[in-house]
Formats: sequence, structure tokens, C-alpha cells
Amino acid sequence: MSTPVLQVENLTKRYGEVEALRGVSFDVQEGEVFGLLGPNGAGKTTTVEILEGLRRPDSGRVSVCGLDPQRNGQELKHEIGAALQATALPEKMRVIEALRLFAKFYKRRRNPEELLKRFGLEEKRNAFYGQLSGGQKQRLALAMALVNDPRVLFFDEPTAGLDPQVRREIYDVIEELRREKKTILLTTHYIEEAERLCDRVAIVDHGKMIALGTPRELKQRSGNTTRIEVRLTKPASESTLKNLDGVTDCRVLDGAYILHCQRPPQAIVSLVKHLEADGNELVSLEISTPSLEDVFIELTGRRLRD
Amino acid sequence: MRHTWTLTVNRMQLAMRNRAFLFFSLIMPLAFLFLGMGIFARFVGPTYVLAPVLALTVMGSFWGLSIQLVTFREQGILRRFRLAPVGAGAMLASSILSNYALTLPTIVLEFALAKWMFHLQSWGNLWGVWILVTLGTVTFAALGLTVASVTNTVQETQIINNLIWTAFLFLSGATVPLPKLPMWIQNVAVFLPPTYLVTGLHRVMVLNATIWDVRAEMLALAGGTLFSFFISQQLFRWEPEEKVTRRAKLWAAATIIPFLLLGSWESAQGQLRRDARAAFDALDRPKPPADQSH
Repeated sequence: MSTPVLQVENLTKRYGEVEALRGVSFDVQEGEVFGLLGPNGAGKTTTVEILEGLRRPDSGRVSVCGLDPQRNGQELKHEIGAALQATALPEKMRVIEALRLFAKFYKRRRNPEELLKRFGLEEKRNAFYGQLSGGQKQRLALAMALVNDPRVLFFDEPTAGLDPQVRREIYDVIEELRREKKTILLTTHYIEEAERLCDRVAIVDHGKMIALGTPRELKQRSGNTTRIEVRLTKPASESTLKNLDGVTDCRVLDGAYILHCQRPPQAIVSLVKHLEADGNELVSLEISTPSLEDVFIELTGRRLRD
Repeated sequence: MRHTWTLTVNRMQLAMRNRAFLFFSLIMPLAFLFLGMGIFARFVGPTYVLAPVLALTVMGSFWGLSIQLVTFREQGILRRFRLAPVGAGAMLASSILSNYALTLPTIVLEFALAKWMFHLQSWGNLWGVWILVTLGTVTFAALGLTVASVTNTVQETQIINNLIWTAFLFLSGATVPLPKLPMWIQNVAVFLPPTYLVTGLHRVMVLNATIWDVRAEMLALAGGTLFSFFISQQLFRWEPEEKVTRRAKLWAAATIIPFLLLGSWESAQGQLRRDARAAFDALDRPKPPADQSH
């Protein structure tokens, strides 16, 4: 296997009393889309900002394209492109001016007009940054990340706060970059984003990496069971529900009962019979295939959005 | 150097679209000109009034750049630039250069209006004016950037700027001629950068002094520029959450060292005050209107 483009070894970072990173390690290969999945405050942004050279780690080793972000910062900037969690530009800067301005800073550059077209910003070519919608600003941030035709791209929560349609448009752009074999490090707290876009995902929580693998590998860890989430009018015994026919496991989360089942029809029938016998009633029932959220719940006992 | 030029052009474009910038860099200096000429020119002559008007225009650089830098930092705009291969030096130098390029037309306009509307008799030593205006613009911009390097919010910057600005305005001869100020203020004035700018401008415009004659004023401003620029570059912060250390505050305070040294020397020599007096005594005061009854 070739040398990884990104190497992170035992990274730690502390902000006063808060331990933001507690020994995070991972590698990213050339052409891979790697996701850091975790709730807010998990340490995703800190990790990315250390890789970009914006923050200094307390300890650990980091290498991006064979360069140390702290020692070879200026050299590294020519190799990477980044869309920050919140990109800001002067309100009165035009879209095309922003692309042209930033392109001029680099040795290697892409044609700003081509980027406008690619990110669907042609109509907003001469619009001021302050006049753009949230989605347009984010598309411009992604376009700006590409002005130097970078080897590695860092996208920090690229779709946070955007409506589903804009989010899907951004997914299409990232998938296109993936086809171009760009190396991408993506942070997100959206399950579907990690599942759809990433070749491998690291799940992080409270500054630690708690799982690493392809989305498929991670989901297999949760036993490849179907998930039935039910809400009841009266509390029920967790152990009784766990012992129902077809049910392999049961957890209580935010007042809902999460049943993991190998045979969903059988589990539903036995659940309904049990509730009738117990004088209890269903308020809601949701069936879903295993997702990375289940893996997260299994590992932490919490939902990703908590 | 290429990045500095790229950023300078961009900043000029942005400034031209900013109404507040146009108000403070064009409308307000012209208002000072009309006000000063309308009220005081009849007593001391247009040349003597024009010098502090030019000085006030130049001193405006102190305000604009500090507020802009802090705003850019607060809004996370500097952070985006930090990701690109652009250094603090290029960011600071471009803001100073763009400000200079945009201040010059106002200076020219003030000269032109003074000549054609207020019957300015003499341009004075224009080379001297140009050098002092250049050094002054750069010095006050660099001083503003030093303030911005130790403040965290726009509000905080405004408070500190107001305190310094008030001292600059009323203790330096920029609003009231230095020889007319009480002696204790004159003693303080020799420690302030605008005093050197105003006195220098008075001398080259009223007395037609040569560049060599105003070398002390030029050296004071050049020293201030170099010191302030160096310090603001050392203390430059890209991130809003980066804390200002005590060491940084001491560095910023060190900006006054050249003026402290020069002020002490001037206090002992008294040359600056003598020069200010000489310019005041040589006023092209217009003759009182002839008695119409005869």
C-alpha cells in the first residue's frame, strides 16, 4: 500500500479544562473520501484545523502530503483546499472577484469561470457575497477550496444548516470530486452524508475515535439487525421486550424502545401480542435498516444529535 | 510582494463600494475644509487653515484601518485568508497601501478647492507636502493597525481609538494652533505624532520650508511608521479567539517609544515649538477689508 496522504498519530489537544482530542489516530490514502462522524464538540473541527495548520496540537504527529502543517505551513497551503465550517468574505466582494483573488495566491490554479459553472454560480457571477443565500455561500466556499486544484480537500460540515435540496446538490459535487480521485477529509454529523459519500468513516466522540471502518463494516458491527423504534403509552419492561420472539436486543433512548431484530415480522407480531396482554398501546412504530446512528448508539448509548 | 499588490487592488475595490468609507474619506474631510476655510481663513489665511485640514484627512487613516481589521477578524474573514498562502505582512501592507492610494485624491481635491474656491495664494513646497502626507498616512494607518492588534472587538477598538483620537485632535495643534495652546499642552504635544505632521505641513506650506528643513518631522513620522508596522506585524492575529497576551500589550505600548524619545529631545531643545511659532507668525493673514464709508 502506498504512503498515506494524511497521517494522524495519537493527536491530543486541550482548551483549558476541556480535552478536545484524546489520542486520535488514523490514515487516509490518496483518492479516498474519509469521514469524521460525530456529534458537536466531538473534536472533528479541531482535528481538521490541526491538519490545515490553523491549530497547533498539544502532542501527537500529523503529516499532510508528507508535510508537517506547523513546520511547512506555506508549502502545504499550495497542496490543500478547505471549506471551513463558517466561511466568511467581505460583504461587498463579488463572487467572481473572490475566486479570481484567491486563485492569484497560488502557483497552480483552476479557471475561476470553470469553477463558477461547475458549482452553478454563473448567474451569481457579479453578485456581492452579502447577497448570496446560505447554500450559494457554501457552494462558493467549496469552489474556493478548489481554486488551486489541491491534492487534498478538507470539508468541515459542508452541508450543516442547509436545506435538503441544497444538501443533495453538494453531495453531487463531492461525488464528482470523488470520481476525480481527490483525497477528501469530510466532517459531518449527518448519518446519510457519511454513508453516501465516505469510503471510510471514523466515529468520534468526546475527543476519542470510537470506531473506524467502511460504512458497511461499521453497520455489520451492529449485527446487521433491523431496528424497530416504538413509543408506548405506558412504560414497559426492557428485559421483557428483549426476550420477545425475533428480538435480539432492546435499549431505551429518549423514552423510545429500540428493538434490534433478526426477523422483523415475527418481532412485530410478538410485540403487539405482548402489548395487548399488558394493556399497553403503541403510539408510534418506525422500522429502519441498520445505520451508522445505530453503531453510534451502541457505542455511546446516545444519539448523534444529542 | 505580488500578493501585497493583489490584495491592495482588491481592498481598493472594496473600499470604493463602502459608503462609510466614502463618507469618512471624502465627505468628512471636505466638510472640514469648508468649515475651516469658512470660519478661520479670514483670520489666519487659507494656507494656514489648509495644513491642519490636510493633517486631519491623513489622520483619518488611524480610524478606518483599525476598525476594518478588527471587523475582518471578528467575522472570520481573516481566517479564510489564513488558509491561503498569504502572510500577515501582505495583509497589513495592502491595507496601508490601498488606504494611501485612496487618501491622495482627497488631498488633491482639497488643494484644488482651496485654490479655486478659497483663493489659496501659494501651494508651498509641494514635494514637502507630498512626503509629509505620505509618511503621515502610513504612520497613522500603522498606528491604527497596532491598536487593532491588541483589541478583540469593534466596540473595544472604538473606545480606545476615541481616547487616542481626542488627544491627537486637541493636544497637537491639529484643531487649535500650537502656539495658542497653554504651555502644559505644548509640552505634551511634542510627544504626539500629529504635532510633527501638522507643524511639518505648516512649515512647508506657509514658510516654503525645504525637505531638509523638515527632516526632524519626517524622521519622527518615518520612525513611527517602521516601529508601528513592525509591531503590528508581530502581534497580528488571524483568529478572533486568540488571546492577547500581556507581552503583546507591552509590545503595542512600545509603539510610543520613538515619539517618547523624540518628545524628550524636543522638550529639551524646544525647536518644534519655535518652528510652530515661526509658521504662525508668518501668516498670510488677509488685510482687513477697507472701510467702505470712505
